[in-house]
Amino acid sequence: MTAHDRSLSDRPLFQVQNLSKYYGARIGCADVSFDLYPGEVLGIVGESGSGKSTLLSCLAGHMAPDTGRVIFDTALGPRDTVTMGEAERRRMGRTDWAFVHQNPRDGLRMGVSAGGNVGERLMAIGARHYGDIRDKSIDWLGRVEIAADRIDDRPRAFSGGMQQRLQIARNLVTGPRLVFMDEPTGGLDVSVQARLLDLLRGLVREMGLSAIIVTHDLAVVRLLADRLMVMKGGHVVEQGLTDQVLDDPQHAYTQLLVSSVLQV
Amino acid sequence: MTAGDYNFAYLDEQTKCMIRRAILKGIAVPGYQVPFASREMPMPYGWGTGGVQVTAACLTPDDTLKVIDQGADDTTNAVSIRKFFQRTAGVAVTEATAEATIIQTRHRIPETALTEGQILVYQVPIPEPLRFLEPRETETRKMHELEEYGLMHVKLYEDIARHGQIATSYAYPVKVEGRYVMDPSPIPKFDNPKLSDSSAIQLFGAGREQRIYALPPYTHVVSLDFDDHPFVASKAAHDCDLCGAADSYLDEVITDDLGGRMFVCSDTDFCRCRRAAGHTGRLGAPVTASRTVAPPPPPSPTRGEGGADPDLSDPGASPPPCGEGLGVGGHRHDIKETAE
Ligand SMILES: Nc1ncnc2c1ncn2[C@@H]1O[C@H](COP(=O)(O)OP(=O)(O)O)[C@@H](O)[C@H]1O
Ligand SMILES: [Mg+2]
Repeated sequence: MTAHDRSLSDRPLFQVQNLSKYYGARIGCADVSFDLYPGEVLGIVGESGSGKSTLLSCLAGHMAPDTGRVIFDTALGPRDTVTMGEAERRRMGRTDWAFVHQNPRDGLRMGVSAGGNVGERLMAIGARHYGDIRDKSIDWLGRVEIAADRIDDRPRAFSGGMQQRLQIARNLVTGPRLVFMDEPTGGLDVSVQARLLDLLRGLVREMGLSAIIVTHDLAVVRLLADRLMVMKGGHVVEQGLTDQVLDDPQHAYTQLLVSSVLQV
Repeated sequence: MTAGDYNFAYLDEQTKCMIRRAILKGIAVPGYQVPFASREMPMPYGWGTGGVQVTAACLTPDDTLKVIDQGADDTTNAVSIRKFFQRTAGVAVTEATAEATIIQTRHRIPETALTEGQILVYQVPIPEPLRFLEPRETETRKMHELEEYGLMHVKLYEDIARHGQIATSYAYPVKVEGRYVMDPSPIPKFDNPKLSDSSAIQLFGAGREQRIYALPPYTHVVSLDFDDHPFVASKAAHDCDLCGAADSYLDEVITDDLGGRMFVCSDTDFCRCRRAAGHTGRLGAPVTASRTVAPPPPPSPTRGEGGADPDLSDPGASPPPCGEGLGVGGHRHDIKETAE
């Protein structure tokens, strides 16, 4: 298992067992297993086409895996989210879970104001006081460094970095316990990426979030991830503590990745 | 039946059966949008083809039909639909809300309280209340199925953020029996309270979108709102200039080029009956025999050309008497117009 220090009473927040997803005869991802503990951040790296997005979609319930179990420690105890009803899974998707898309357009409502975007999850779980929703939205815009006077602007008017920060605020406003992120810094300029990473790291620490971050950028995982999983051809070829994997890669493919010989 | 070329009420019996099944399903699941195979009707979409098909499926030879558009019996749209059913079904027609057994409407609920045994048929342009923010049909259906209605409040939130209050004044979304969120068609929100606990059957037909939904009698209907921005069934802060009514929905009518304007009941039957009973407003005179007495009908931008001279364009629908004792079947206007 993991080498993290933790008391024996801790149990995994998220357990993935033998998960596989095929596109016809083609492997999407195959036989993936791991445990994620509360407060832990797992990075998933690998070249393009290695199965990262497929795996993340299956984990977040956006896609049904062909085989395997995805067990989440719900308020009622561990539950297999693959076999639970869709209504319950979707409810989890807007309460305990959050999903940050690479392209903010996929994760935001572009025709709705920034405040409405942040408030949507609150309203989805029953918030019915406009003033409270607005106060929470302003608070969260501040936490992702968006000025309060932009609250009624639509995301179209925002830069790419702001859009991504807005998407993060929109996802975190209900205090999820597990956040899935697919290349959260993908489409951004390098300087903007650095600022976003900094912000993400702060939020993850401050909120004690558990997260699974897919990226092809080793700098991202170096900064954010406690543990690392390396994928190739749909399979996990190596996993371990981030520093260990990056500083002393065991698998030949990981060695290539780290030495930057591979253009990932 | 007067027009031999058509089946009673135009639609063939098989089609009417199919529509009735959709209606029954709608009544069994209040507020749920039932798909149905909408037929081509001899009028364009936007002229109430959904409502017309629902009415056709409900009509019997004994029915008395009233058709209103924006509350008025004499607009082009109302006149042509009424004529259509006179021709194809030969049913009696009326302008008196209390006399009608079926009322087809666009954009209003009559002011006179409906009673048991009456059917109110709404013409619906866009049945999906979530469409505004979620264009994907697969997704909105899923949202209804799973009762994921947060998005509806996002729409109201946006309203308040932009206008300082809930500015939605037509097609104001409602929740039916604590379950389905429903678009009540573009009635003014003033009418929303009348949706709830009505004695009548309320049927909604969307022709282009091929959906039927329903509210059985005495269904609980709640207008969505926020705790700190509660729903208000607002209207213009005036009395009717013709009949003096303080509690009916008003149309604002421009009377000249100099900024002259007046407020009149949008429900023409309601207004006429009040005047017949001796009520008068700021500019009105009591009406007894005919509604062509002073003041002459003001030119109205919101009403069709039928409003200018209703008795010419629609000789069938002369003003009925007002008052009590004219229940359904009591006094029926014997109007059987033959097809030209
Ligand atoms: N919708 C799809 N249909 C068929 N094959 C797919 C589909 N999505 C992904 N794949 C294939 O599955 C494999 C993994 O893809 P993906 O999960 O997108 O990888 P990554 O996110 O690491 O780039 C690739 O071989 C890809 O071509
Ligand atoms: Mg990908």
